[in-house]
Amino acid sequence: MLRLNLALIAIVLASALGAVASQHKARKLFTEMEREQERMRSLEVEWGQLQLEQSTWASHARIEKVARERLRMKPPAAGQVLAVEAPR
Amino acid sequence: MKFANSPLLSQLLPAWRARFVAALILLAFGILAARSVWLQVVRNDFLQQKGESRYARVIELSATRGRIADRSGDMLAVSTPVKSVWAIPEDARLAPAQARELAALLEMEVGELNRRLAAEKDFVFIKRQIPPDTAEKIAALNLPGIHQQREYRRYYPAGEVTAHMLGFTGVEDRGQEGIELAFDAQLSGKPGSRRVIKDRLGHIVEDVESIKPPQDGRDITLALDAKIQYLAFTHLKQALAEHKARAGGVVVLDAKSGEVLALANLPAYNPNNRGKLTGAQLRNRALTDVFEPGSTMKPFTVALALEKGRFRFDSQIQTAPGRLTIGNATISDAHPHGLLTVAQVIQKSSNVGAAKIASVFAPEEMWQMFDALGFGQPMKLGFPGEVGGRLRPYKTWRPIEQATMSYGHGISVTLMQLARAYLAFARDGDLIPLSLTRLESPPLAGKSIFSAQTAREVRAMLEMAVLPGGTAPRAQIPGYRVAGKTGTAHKLEGGQYAERYVAAFVGFAPVSDPRLVVAVMIDEPSAGKYYGGEVAAPVFAQVMAGSLRTLGVAPDAPLKPIQVARDVAPVPESL
Repeated sequence: MLRLNLALIAIVLASALGAVASQHKARKLFTEMEREQERMRSLEVEWGQLQLEQSTWASHARIEKVARERLRMKPPAAGQVLAVEAPR
Repeated sequence: MKFANSPLLSQLLPAWRARFVAALILLAFGILAARSVWLQVVRNDFLQQKGESRYARVIELSATRGRIADRSGDMLAVSTPVKSVWAIPEDARLAPAQARELAALLEMEVGELNRRLAAEKDFVFIKRQIPPDTAEKIAALNLPGIHQQREYRRYYPAGEVTAHMLGFTGVEDRGQEGIELAFDAQLSGKPGSRRVIKDRLGHIVEDVESIKPPQDGRDITLALDAKIQYLAFTHLKQALAEHKARAGGVVVLDAKSGEVLALANLPAYNPNNRGKLTGAQLRNRALTDVFEPGSTMKPFTVALALEKGRFRFDSQIQTAPGRLTIGNATISDAHPHGLLTVAQVIQKSSNVGAAKIASVFAPEEMWQMFDALGFGQPMKLGFPGEVGGRLRPYKTWRPIEQATMSYGHGISVTLMQLARAYLAFARDGDLIPLSLTRLESPPLAGKSIFSAQTAREVRAMLEMAVLPGGTAPRAQIPGYRVAGKTGTAHKLEGGQYAERYVAAFVGFAPVSDPRLVVAVMIDEPSAGKYYGGEVAAPVFAQVMAGSLRTLGVAPDAPLKPIQVARDVAPVPESL
């Protein structure tokens, strides 16, 4: 009888410790996930800002200015354009 | 003496004393038990709440507003978080050096900063919506009483080019104009919240429940083509400067799908910096302002005549002596033309010819066509302030009004309506609904207004109008066959026609298989020229040429030097 009780106490203790440990681990993992999600949000914000930056650099007004003034480009005259059919 | 022999023990105490003490102890236990039942069972929620508030927190989850992209995915409107700096003036006791440093980072005067901090309030904004990197530097200063809060700000990289199309949002991140308002329900996100458990360091350790998940706004892909929009805007701007015009608008439609590829208005504004805005800058003229379309209406009159079988394209009409009196009003042409075919009435834009053609219709027939073309009613694109123009019920038409309506007076339309109505010619006589957003597949066939045969014949007439001998040789584009119609109308001011004009041109290309419809309207050109063929047609040609090249549409005309208006003067248009 005593032996059985001791065994049961040992099992209960082990499972209690296990529960505490796994709870702790779960919380740790959760914090980590939280951190990653925070990172995801900040990356998303950064992506938006980069998209903005790209749109600003690639604005048609700027491209036209650079093409005309720095690269001395101009639209092709009518005779200089050759249209080709895309192969199907 | 031994304890057991103590005389005190032999003294018997009264029995009730022991019982009294026992009862007291029991009573105390009873009170404690009752109290604990009270706290644990009956009134437990209060304590539970207090306890929870020590470690559980409800946190707000912000949702971002959807982005707006053009048809190829270029971003036209993006929300990005910014910081606003605020202070509790009582706590913000800054040393002069600190104040100088803060003012320098915020790019404001030290005096202005100190004035704000001297305010007798609990809360003052020092500066709103500053970039995140500046905000980080300010946070690093670690100044007392200076705090930051996160806000969203919307940026429009294309600036004034897309201003009228996109509109803008207000401080609360809600749409106030344009697409931002029209699609506000889809674009705006719904913030959510959730309950979490935090440890003493403030880390979230457990998710208790999700009260409301946040919903980010959905992105919208417009039908707009940023390149074509830029072309339309810049060429319109040049034309306005050249002709000293008051305002103007350009609309570009895809004839195959009904998508709105560009919508430009002037005067415009910079949506990123709306310091001082005037009503004139805000007006989306292509949708909210009506004008009398003038001769751009003649092709519809002629199309109806062909459709009803009353005329053929080569039927002859006597327009001499260039005047026509109906009742006590007289319609006149700028130049008497003599005997014209129906096709030439369009080519030379003869008012007398158009009025004579219209005189054979019952008012109801004409009204039905105008109504079917969408005049007189808003298009319900969802744009704020969209108007329908004026088309009076046919029962009230007098003969002179029917005659003037045949060449676009006494009826008013928006530029968008006019462009859409021309879809009927650019497509084989059917009219499809317009779309502001990109369509995955073009609509099959719209409402049929004219037969394919009629549409073809009108196309041929409209092509003649841009050839030498027509009213708009300047609308020609090298390598493409172009068709279109000029319009020049006096402006109505207080019920009287004034010596101010609206010049318009609506056309499409390539004629062999129309792909684009472009409509141009220029309000009050005042540098001498005011005919649609001289003011609006060149803008049409520039926008159309650039757009066709951008879209990679194959040329459909042999290359030959174009006889442009420099050598061939356009036929003056009748007003």
